[in-house]
Amino acid sequence: MTKRFIPILLSLLAFLLGWDLLTRFSGIPNFILPSPLSVWTRFLKAMSDGSLPRHTAITLTEIVLGLIVGVLFATVVGYMLAKSRSLEKVLSPYLVASQAIPVIAIAPLLVIWLGDGILSKVVICALIVFFPVLVNTIVGVRAVPTALYDLMNSLHASRAQILWKVEAPASLPVFLGGLRIGATLSVIGAIVGELVDAESGLGFLLQLGDFQYDTPMVFVAVFTLIALALMLYGIVRMLENKFLKWQS
Amino acid sequence: MPHTSIFTIRNLSAVFQNDNGGLCALENISFDVKPREFVCVLGPSGSGKTTLLRILAGLIPPTSGSFTFGRGEEPSIGMVFQQATLMPWRTVTENIKLPLEVKKIDEAVARKKTKEMIELVGLTGFEDSLPRDLSGGMAQRVAIARALIHDPDLLLLDEPFASLDAMTRERMWTELSNIWQARQKTVIMVTHSINESLFLADRVLVLTQRPGKIKMDMEVDLPRPRKDEIRYTSRFGKLAKRLRGAIE
Repeated sequence: MTKRFIPILLSLLAFLLGWDLLTRFSGIPNFILPSPLSVWTRFLKAMSDGSLPRHTAITLTEIVLGLIVGVLFATVVGYMLAKSRSLEKVLSPYLVASQAIPVIAIAPLLVIWLGDGILSKVVICALIVFFPVLVNTIVGVRAVPTALYDLMNSLHASRAQILWKVEAPASLPVFLGGLRIGATLSVIGAIVGELVDAESGLGFLLQLGDFQYDTPMVFVAVFTLIALALMLYGIVRMLENKFLKWQS
Repeated sequence: MPHTSIFTIRNLSAVFQNDNGGLCALENISFDVKPREFVCVLGPSGSGKTTLLRILAGLIPPTSGSFTFGRGEEPSIGMVFQQATLMPWRTVTENIKLPLEVKKIDEAVARKKTKEMIELVGLTGFEDSLPRDLSGGMAQRVAIARALIHDPDLLLLDEPFASLDAMTRERMWTELSNIWQARQKTVIMVTHSINESLFLADRVLVLTQRPGKIKMDMEVDLPRPRKDEIRYTSRFGKLAKRLRGAIE
């Protein structure tokens, strides 16, 4: 277990060292490229005055709510589309069109309609999560072997039994693959919403740092976002390890 | 003796729509099955054997004709397919238990019955193995156990040994024969192997090339229980020759 982390740790150290040397000897001013140490000090300050935990909690709430709403809708709609070719024909032009519009282009609209509070960010986050989870749900459900349907039908199984005993477990690997993409995208969704207009959240903190030439603060916000994305990714990987043991 | 039959099949026909109008797979099939009779349906590939079995299992409706079980009740069915069709995420025990779960049998009873079935098909020691770790013969034994566990009225076998190597296949004949002796089910089995049908069946129906019609209905009067040596007797040879002559 520990052996796996040694290369990661080494590359991280090399990165920090390279960064530190660059700020020391290149002559780039601190407000353009802050040194690792100044970022660390800024991080400690933001922790102790409570601003970082508070803004992180708000962004995390937006992400988690957005993920729940996005994944829920995507799974239900995806299942219905997988089961009905005619419904897919009717809806797919809209779904593809919705993907052709960058979320960043409609984010200001959503903030106008839904206000600059948490709701608009949750919706933007859900929108960005929706598509990859939807596509993978459709692919996963369509890939269920027909022989397993024959088996269940020969046993006179109900629709619900086929759903929970065959379709759900059989499509889980592909579904979780979509969730993995969706989870990392959800961070982008929340930040895009916050950058348009917000009173709080890591996006707000990032913008505040930018306006005040508090570049170390911008770095702290960026690193916190990376940590959030990695954490979500890790949770999905944990789910995969737990539920897909039969695969490897 | 129509009054002793448990399964009556009358004028069954199946036509599939294709680009040239219609493809007639089965034409006017009629036969009766007695309780606890082992009937083999023998025919060349493309004679509609599998279609016949799928109709009898209720997986597809016939184009015309009818089939009645008992006094008209819906029979419970155990089915074994050409491939083992196991759920890769379920262990041997969980795969065998599936029909009892579908029929919502009490968990404690289900566990006990599953244990008995595992012993009957000789899979003791592999209770918690996943399908990926089983050989072809073992996987097919799981499938047979699963088809028998809910004590079905009718056992339908669709070339269950077609995907196994010759040695395993012949060993499975003896095992299936023993299991059938122990459980005394009404069986309809589809095969294209003359030896297989003679070794296992009480009666062999020979189908013609497409569209499948019954060409021959032959009693197999070989003594039971049948041992491997029976295949080298002159009686077996004579019956095999008659079947060979009936198949185009």
